[in-house]
Amino acid sequence: MNHPTYDVVVVGAGIVGAACADEFAGRGMRVAIVDGDSVGSGATAAAMGHIVVMDDSEAQFALTRYSQRLWQELCTELPSEVEFDQCGTVWVAADDEKMGEVWRKQKFYEQRGVPTEVLDAQTLYQLEPNLRVGFAGGLRVLEDTVLYPPCAAAFLMNRAQKRGAKLYVGESATQIAHGRLWMTDGLEVSAKFIVNAAGTGSPQIMPGVELKKRKGHLVITDRYPGFVRHQLVELGYVKSASSSSGDSVAFNIQPRRTGQLLIGSSRQYGAEHKEVDQQILARMVQRAQQYMPGLAQMSAIRIWTGFRAATPDKLPLIGPWPGDDSLFLATGHEGLGITMSLGTARILVDQITGRIPEIPIEPYLPSRVSQEHAHA
Amino acid sequence: MPEQVAITVNGVSVTVPPGTTVAAAVILAGQPCRHSVGGEPRGPLCGMGICFECRVNINRRLHCRSCQIICEQGMEVTTDE
Amino acid sequence: MSSVSKSKFDVVVVGGGPAGMAAGTRAGECGLRVAIVDDNPTLGGQIWRQGAKSEPEPEHSAWTKRLRSARAELISGTAFDQPDVGILVVEQADGTREVAYDKLILATGARERFLPFPGWTLPNVMGAGGLQAIVKNGLTVRGKRILVAGSGPLLWAVAAYLRTHDAEVVRICEQASWRSLAWFTLGLLEQPRKLTQGFSLKRELAGISFSPNSWPVAANGHSVVESVTISRNGRLEEIPCDYLACGFHLVPNIELPQLLGCRIQNGCVRVDDFQRTTVANILCAGEPTGIGGVELALVEGQIAGLTAAGRLSEAQNLFGERNKLQRFAGRLDQAFKLRSQLRSLASADTIVCRCEDVRYSQLRRYTSWRTAKLQTRCGMGPCQGRICGPATQFLLKWDPDSVRPPIFPVRVESLAFPASSVVPEQPTLTGGL
Repeated sequence: MNHPTYDVVVVGAGIVGAACADEFAGRGMRVAIVDGDSVGSGATAAAMGHIVVMDDSEAQFALTRYSQRLWQELCTELPSEVEFDQCGTVWVAADDEKMGEVWRKQKFYEQRGVPTEVLDAQTLYQLEPNLRVGFAGGLRVLEDTVLYPPCAAAFLMNRAQKRGAKLYVGESATQIAHGRLWMTDGLEVSAKFIVNAAGTGSPQIMPGVELKKRKGHLVITDRYPGFVRHQLVELGYVKSASSSSGDSVAFNIQPRRTGQLLIGSSRQYGAEHKEVDQQILARMVQRAQQYMPGLAQMSAIRIWTGFRAATPDKLPLIGPWPGDDSLFLATGHEGLGITMSLGTARILVDQITGRIPEIPIEPYLPSRVSQEHAHA
Repeated sequence: MPEQVAITVNGVSVTVPPGTTVAAAVILAGQPCRHSVGGEPRGPLCGMGICFECRVNINRRLHCRSCQIICEQGMEVTTDE
Repeated sequence: MSSVSKSKFDVVVVGGGPAGMAAGTRAGECGLRVAIVDDNPTLGGQIWRQGAKSEPEPEHSAWTKRLRSARAELISGTAFDQPDVGILVVEQADGTREVAYDKLILATGARERFLPFPGWTLPNVMGAGGLQAIVKNGLTVRGKRILVAGSGPLLWAVAAYLRTHDAEVVRICEQASWRSLAWFTLGLLEQPRKLTQGFSLKRELAGISFSPNSWPVAANGHSVVESVTISRNGRLEEIPCDYLACGFHLVPNIELPQLLGCRIQNGCVRVDDFQRTTVANILCAGEPTGIGGVELALVEGQIAGLTAAGRLSEAQNLFGERNKLQRFAGRLDQAFKLRSQLRSLASADTIVCRCEDVRYSQLRRYTSWRTAKLQTRCGMGPCQGRICGPATQFLLKWDPDSVRPPIFPVRVESLAFPASSVVPEQPTLTGGL
């Protein structure tokens, strides 16, 4: 039986897997990618497609900012179907208390070279006239971007394949260990390194990886060009995203280049099925209408759900898996997979090829989790 | 009940018998209902409200399926440009 | 904030065409509380569409009268989701309404199948039924040259109708062969009613040029259609016209049955002899169980209504008539099967998905509907794949995706209906038709 051998096999052809494959191939390594479905068909397909800097922690900021820079460097090469649009984000402050948060963010970003603009109420409404009246202001983050994730993943994968990467789709990885990977059709491949970029599927092939599925809902409307100009997020979003339990919704709306509006966002733990959860959908829609009353009469064309891969400390797992020299992780990105994909690929491939990564990698090392367990 | 119903299509007055749909009126006015995302002129296709090709703006409300809407006196219909 | 109201019925019928009217009538006549949900202001569906000026057909009037006497309530709106077993949520003009039922009868009808070819997106190229509907709703076609093309007996009915409205029907182009049509006509001998209709049609169509083995190859024109190139017996011919009325037979509307979990086979809802689907308490009648025309829809609707009312032996009395009409439906299906040459009508840059302007060349490289959707956005527009779905199924043999709510676009505010279960209340019994 023929056992193909590669330098590295990447499990998962989502945006993270595709970015890793592209990075490996770009450095001349022989890489294979394995996915049970098709490129960008999991969380990547459901994703909102935002590229945002976040300030929840230094580590989160470092990776989002680094990644965002890499996207900016890449953007001139992206084909039009990727719909890369640097529309910026406006964090909306509902009241003066939230304006305090705006100033805190502004200072944080200023110290780290991220261009922002504090908006008073007047400027907020000049930029986004369809917001409900009575908000205090906001923070505009100028370099935040939106794009269309399935095409972005396809672009990265196609580029990897042009450089010799081999894509196996329709067959899942069932087992990986010590440089060998088995697929559902019985095919076995060998590689010096195996990267688990399987998102919520990561624990299935590497038991012990601590990931929880965090379900989200999105609604897309018909075209209403100019109704929303920036990605809009309420300042409560961070609280929703960073809670470790419970269901929550937050106002998050994104204009697509087509003029369609993507309405989010919701987070649930423990919801395993893909069907729409009406209770949480209703809450999400009501929240969105509270922020932008004009949404109510718009035509909603589709609703879908997706599962984010969430780690206990809200940071992704990027690096070697303790106990098996051949295994690496690039997973657990929760709602920042699109953003962090390029940076993840860079620092992972740096680790494997012995190059010094451009940002500190310790916060994302999988071994941090096992160390915590050792001390517990 | 009026003998005829007068509406405007892109500012031009169009008069039709009562019970006429906006889609019929727009065709009679010689206008396409809309332009596709690629800029092609489009008109009604299915006539039964499912293809969405007949969408026009009525009294500043977007995305009205004109084949499902009866003309009312004074309606201001605009097709997107 | 839009209002939410709730009500409960013994039988809810979705779809107010012939099948739905017959089902609602029979169930109502058995003393049950019945509601019919339809998104048109008046009942009749597509085939009994009433225009502003036209008189309803006798059959239509008769059933309207009977339905009124049976005291069914009309709920005007679009059923778009199922919050819980036994409940549908309907979007209305002023809010959403949760409608609970003991028995549900799906009579959602059919729509035309569109196949792409160069120029099919030009204004004044419409479906055959599509143009007829718009003429019924006020478009004057006096003196206009109209080419009717595609497949199916609908073409003849449309041509006859247009002629009575003083249009110049320049040609009827039927893709089926002479042989298929002859065989189909022979089959009509068994169906006296159809035969009579056929003869009267023949009169109405006298003088109109009819070409089998013929189909449109391109619609030509700058901002509207000006001529159509057709293929006839292997030769091309250009025919000037003002409208092209083109539809390739019908496809069942199975979105709601699919959402509710009914088993689908060959694009139709599977039902037993009593029109029951594979889901408890849900029945289906008319075109969604198989395209078969008005008479079959009326019989199936009656069987469903009687079954829902528990009158199984009365329902059984109609089996013979249904079986006869189903033979007609079978012949219909066979005679007007789409020939494989129609797959090559679309050229590389013919638009297949009209909502998103996705061209054939962009789609051909994918092996599944789902991947093509994600990468090109084909099928992600407001038509939710109703137009491009049947086209891609025929062109590329893709299996359709599963259905998700909302099964029709609705207002954003309508998505915020509560998830809690319904408290049933007495419905108001109005004529409401």
